Amino acid sequence: MNFRAIAAIYKFEMARTFRSIFQSVISPVVSTSLYFVVFGAAIGSRIETVEGIQYGAFIVPGLMMLQMLMQSVTNAALGIYFPKFVGTVYEVLSAPISVPEILLGYVGAAATKAMMIGLIILGTAGLFVDLQIAHPVAMIAFMLLTCISFSLFGFIIGIWAGNFEQLNLIPMLVITPLVFLGGAFYSISMLPEAWQTIALFNPVVYLVSGFRWAFFSMSDVAVGYSLLAIAAFLAFCIATITWIFRTGWKLRV
Amino acid sequence: MAPIISVNNLTKTYDNGFQALKGVDLDIEEGEVLALLGPNGAGKTTLISIICGIANKSEGSVTVGGYDITRDFRKARELIGLVPQEMSVEVFEKVISTVKFSRGLFGKKQDDAKIEQILRDLTLWDKKDNRIRELSGGMKRRVMIAKALSHEPRVLFLDEPTAGVDVELRKEMWDVMRALKKSGVTIILTTHYIEEAEAMADRVGVISNGELLLIEDTDTLMKSMGKKVLKIELDEPVTEVPPALAEKGVVLSPTGTLDYTYDTAAQQTGITDVLADLRAAGLKLADLSTRQSSLEDIFVGLVTDQKTGENAA
Ligand SMILES: Nc1ncnc2c1ncn2[C@@H]1O[C@H](COP(=O)(O)OP(=O)(O)OP(=O)(O)O)[C@@H](O)[C@H]1O
Ligand SMILES: [Mg+2]
Repeated sequence: MNFRAIAAIYKFEMARTFRSIFQSVISPVVSTSLYFVVFGAAIGSRIETVEGIQYGAFIVPGLMMLQMLMQSVTNAALGIYFPKFVGTVYEVLSAPISVPEILLGYVGAAATKAMMIGLIILGTAGLFVDLQIAHPVAMIAFMLLTCISFSLFGFIIGIWAGNFEQLNLIPMLVITPLVFLGGAFYSISMLPEAWQTIALFNPVVYLVSGFRWAFFSMSDVAVGYSLLAIAAFLAFCIATITWIFRTGWKLRV
Repeated sequence: MAPIISVNNLTKTYDNGFQALKGVDLDIEEGEVLALLGPNGAGKTTLISIICGIANKSEGSVTVGGYDITRDFRKARELIGLVPQEMSVEVFEKVISTVKFSRGLFGKKQDDAKIEQILRDLTLWDKKDNRIRELSGGMKRRVMIAKALSHEPRVLFLDEPTAGVDVELRKEMWDVMRALKKSGVTIILTTHYIEEAEAMADRVGVISNGELLLIEDTDTLMKSMGKKVLKIELDEPVTEVPPALAEKGVVLSPTGTLDYTYDTAAQQTGITDVLADLRAAGLKLADLSTRQSSLEDIFVGLVTDQKTGENAA
């Protein structure tokens, strides 16, 4: 293992984050606060509780999930896309490092940043609502698994993307709708029956549900299924990436 | 001594079906400076990219320091530093951190003294805390060299190191290369400037159309294939070459001299005859000089030969 190379990439990527730490942190904090105002205050005054939980608190796991997914995907995607775009990727390709090492560096940094932002949102949320976390270890575990697998997913997008439009396409067109339809702001059980069935095909439902269980010990689907879903997604991303690097697709000509 | 780089029957076909390398064989000796010449699109960058691990080869094999670039890619790549043709730098990074990043990437322990030495040698030490976007083009190029040297490679690839740089900077680059050669680093450079190859290289390789047409010691090449030009300056310039001289291939140059090109390796150069004809034509000599033809002439000749050969086939 070329640990120094992994550390070099990781530090480089983290430095990129900290260079723009203000933008990195301020935007999720502001948008989260906005969600609280709109969903928490406006809607919350009518719904009040969902399955016995105060609505403001109920949406916290979903909000964190939304931001962590977005951050993981966009950061990891940009992390590899940018060197490709400006040409500096030559150095990584010519260095004595293997695929898993490149991944550990880039994906590790993107996941770290997404974790940090998730925790910052948790802190921000704590200012608005009274939060109790039933299973803190499970919460952290879910956060980690989510950040890692979606950073991997973002890395794939960054390799695939041929231009900046494509880079933004997936987060905008796929992640956001999946999270909104995935029960971030409501319980699946509130949907009409037909939609409940359809919702079960949305992978984010399992993430949000499992994550919510970590907070409130209640969930739309059994926690076991949530874990299974995220493990499957992780495996899918790892398999795709292995294939990409084995064939040299889009990185090595 | 075993060659530091050995390329065997290397081919490369890009995804679009274009064959950029058609079976290249090349051995590079440790410590030498090898210049690769060739027209645009010849395959120079493709060859370098494969050796350095940026592009995948199609067929054939390459070893660096005895290590196969695919099987022992770590050991092979550790030995190599690359300065690519395209200027590509992380503009927001500081000079020193980008060089340290490179060293880390190649798995070497950080060594502040070493990094300082490299930056000083490239006269970048004063700029070490500047962001790269604050540097001039020539400085950026030197940063790329510093990055390539950060892990103390034994082989350095310079893909058109002096393309688009001014004369002064080119001389500066040459000094850098000479110092590196002195320290024992093997250098492979590509260039379009023949004078650069003549000035720097121990050996010259000519690539065209994905084939290595020739590889030869620079001196031998100059001697064996070199032609000389005899420049005859007349007391009273003429407007037309006398028929007897024209028959022997003497031409009137734009500067008004009569030029006779001859082969130094030929049995008879024909100089005596030319001079006799001059006398017979009643022309008086003011001055005589000879000029060795440059690599450029040789190189243009080779590439044209290849083209005509292809057309004939
Ligand atoms: N990624 C690619 N896909 C398809 N063809 C390519 C690719 N890269 C290079 N080529 C083709 O391969 C040939 C060799 O290109 P290469 O860059 O190796 O030339 P070169 O000798 O370095 O030229 P130059 O002196 O202009 O730098 C060219 O015809 C080029 O169009
Ligand atoms: Mg080139």
